[in-house]
Amino acid sequence: MGLDFWTYFWVVGTFGTYIAIALWARAGSTNDFYVAGHDVHPTVNGMATAADWMSAASFLSMAGLIAFLGYGGSVYLMGWTGGFVLLALLLAPFLREFGKFTVPDFVGDRYYSTAARLIAVICALFVSFTYIAGQMKGVGVAFSGFLGVEFNTGIMVGMAIVFVYAVLGGMKGITYTQVAQYCVMIFAYTVPAIFISLIITGNPVPQLGFISNVRGEDVAMLEKLNTVVQDLGFQEYTQTNKTMIDMFAITGALMFGTAGLPHVIIRFFTVSSPRAARVSAGWALVFIALLYTTAPAVASFARLNFIDTVNESTYVADDADYVAEAAEIVAEGGKPIPEWFKDWERTGLLGVEDKNGDGVIQYRAGDENEVTKLDRDIFVMANPSIANLPDWVIGLVVAGGLAAALSTAAGLLMVISSSISHDLCRRTFFTSMSDKDELRVARASAAGAVILAGIMGMNTAKLGFVAQVVAFAFGLAAASLFPVIVLGIFWKRMNREGAIASMLTGLVSTFSYIYYFKFVDTDPVNWWFGVSPEGIGFLFMFVSLTVGVVVALFTPAPPQEVQDLVEDIRVPGTRRPHGAGDAAQMPS
Amino acid sequence: MSQLPTEVDKKGYWRAVVRLTLSLLVIWFAVSYGAGILFRDLLDNFSIGGAPLGFWFAQNGAIYVFVVLIFYYCRAMNRLEKKYGVGV
Repeated sequence: MGLDFWTYFWVVGTFGTYIAIALWARAGSTNDFYVAGHDVHPTVNGMATAADWMSAASFLSMAGLIAFLGYGGSVYLMGWTGGFVLLALLLAPFLREFGKFTVPDFVGDRYYSTAARLIAVICALFVSFTYIAGQMKGVGVAFSGFLGVEFNTGIMVGMAIVFVYAVLGGMKGITYTQVAQYCVMIFAYTVPAIFISLIITGNPVPQLGFISNVRGEDVAMLEKLNTVVQDLGFQEYTQTNKTMIDMFAITGALMFGTAGLPHVIIRFFTVSSPRAARVSAGWALVFIALLYTTAPAVASFARLNFIDTVNESTYVADDADYVAEAAEIVAEGGKPIPEWFKDWERTGLLGVEDKNGDGVIQYRAGDENEVTKLDRDIFVMANPSIANLPDWVIGLVVAGGLAAALSTAAGLLMVISSSISHDLCRRTFFTSMSDKDELRVARASAAGAVILAGIMGMNTAKLGFVAQVVAFAFGLAAASLFPVIVLGIFWKRMNREGAIASMLTGLVSTFSYIYYFKFVDTDPVNWWFGVSPEGIGFLFMFVSLTVGVVVALFTPAPPQEVQDLVEDIRVPGTRRPHGAGDAAQMPS
Repeated sequence: MSQLPTEVDKKGYWRAVVRLTLSLLVIWFAVSYGAGILFRDLLDNFSIGGAPLGFWFAQNGAIYVFVVLIFYYCRAMNRLEKKYGVGV
């Protein structure tokens, strides 16, 4: 049984499971399609939220990123988990009590304004499209790198799968496939992590290995890593070259951005009550934390192990017989380049150049570095082979990466399709539309969104900025959506004028700053207060919050009806319809 | 569900909720921005199993506290709901 067999086995097996779930969980009404009938169990929803939230970037790239950034990588760990505390305490239970389908639903009703609803739709669509292109690209990479399928064909296969379960099942189908995808992901992530932790520290729990001594030595793993990287000219692992203010701002932008992301928020509409929404946020974070506390351990192990096995190893030429040559090198007292390195070199993710012609690879900081290509995704992908795990585990990692990308893509598709069918068609332009028609439009727009996302994914080579634009998604969610939602719940006096001013301020300022410093003037010296485009959403969040409050204070208070609505949202079990429009739109 | 609101002390309930939320957010801030970023150099004078404490909070510790925070919030909210007789 070769690696190819196992990779196909897992990919076909998991895809088959997703399709089977989709056929079983078909949506019969808009209530099913948008919010899975409001009756998903909190723990199940927590698991689905975890899969929804953790994308190809979390699964494949994050550990590698931390391995290179060391302490600086902490911004992702704290930022992408701390946002769930904000969700649980400030948003999820109240939005659930509000009881509708989408984020623009809330913004439009709370601020009694079609304009506010439309701005929220624009924010939601913008955030979701920037995010989904990256997921589709991840699918393409996984297929082309491991299954020998062409990049675009890979994307089409991925699209076809998502198409089936998103279009047929809507949120209901997505919820249960996400649960399956979470299981695949977490298994594929933790099994190699346990083995590599055993190899480096002798402790099977990666989180404990992280704070243990190196196996057989009387020195802490992190201390050893610090010494080793410093000797090669790199920065100490537990330090960073980011400034404190930038660390603070990026962490903030990611946290508040996470809490403001529509595809995460709508997951909490699928449970039965505010109480269930709270517990569900807790479970979501538990399932996320399983991966997120493993990641920094994997990162440090992988960095240490990479240096240990690759640095000062003797290169074996591509056309040579690896086994014979390696034995010869060992016999001469040398260290052959590891076999997994040769395998990954062929995929183009790793590359070496023997600059000084000594036949030995020097891994260094600066010009003498001979490891010329070192893709950050390599650390998670190569872990199983580094740990000498059997082929079936390696194949599983590929399926895990695909699960991560597909589950996030599906959640985003829901936001896109409901924005069009519900917020634009039903609530704005064709208010007399029947439930059946709306469901049909929802399916059609989900289908259209899948195709559009696929086309964007296929063109990511031309649109080289995809990795860059993720900063937009978090920055915009933090600066434009988060403030109006929180103020809408916690400050009764917040009104239409304030909300529109706040969203526009956040949208325009964050977009301009990121665009300017990513594409026009890329010199960090000119950043405002030393804050990078990744972190600027945090600063502009406070600006848009202030603008919103000031404008609201100078304009009339919201109507009594809306103030009553806010009071109802705050207290579980007291939600009554307010106004004819509200009553007609309340899901049963 | 429409006969509840008059008997329930909605204002008192909401004040208690806001107080609880704010105090939990103080902890949320302290373990991440505080321990992991602002005061990490200070905390790095201590260590946990060979990892500098501030660094550990930034990469692992804060996440554990976040999980505990949310579940504590759930319990405290259930108690508040019971006390004020809402949400049943």
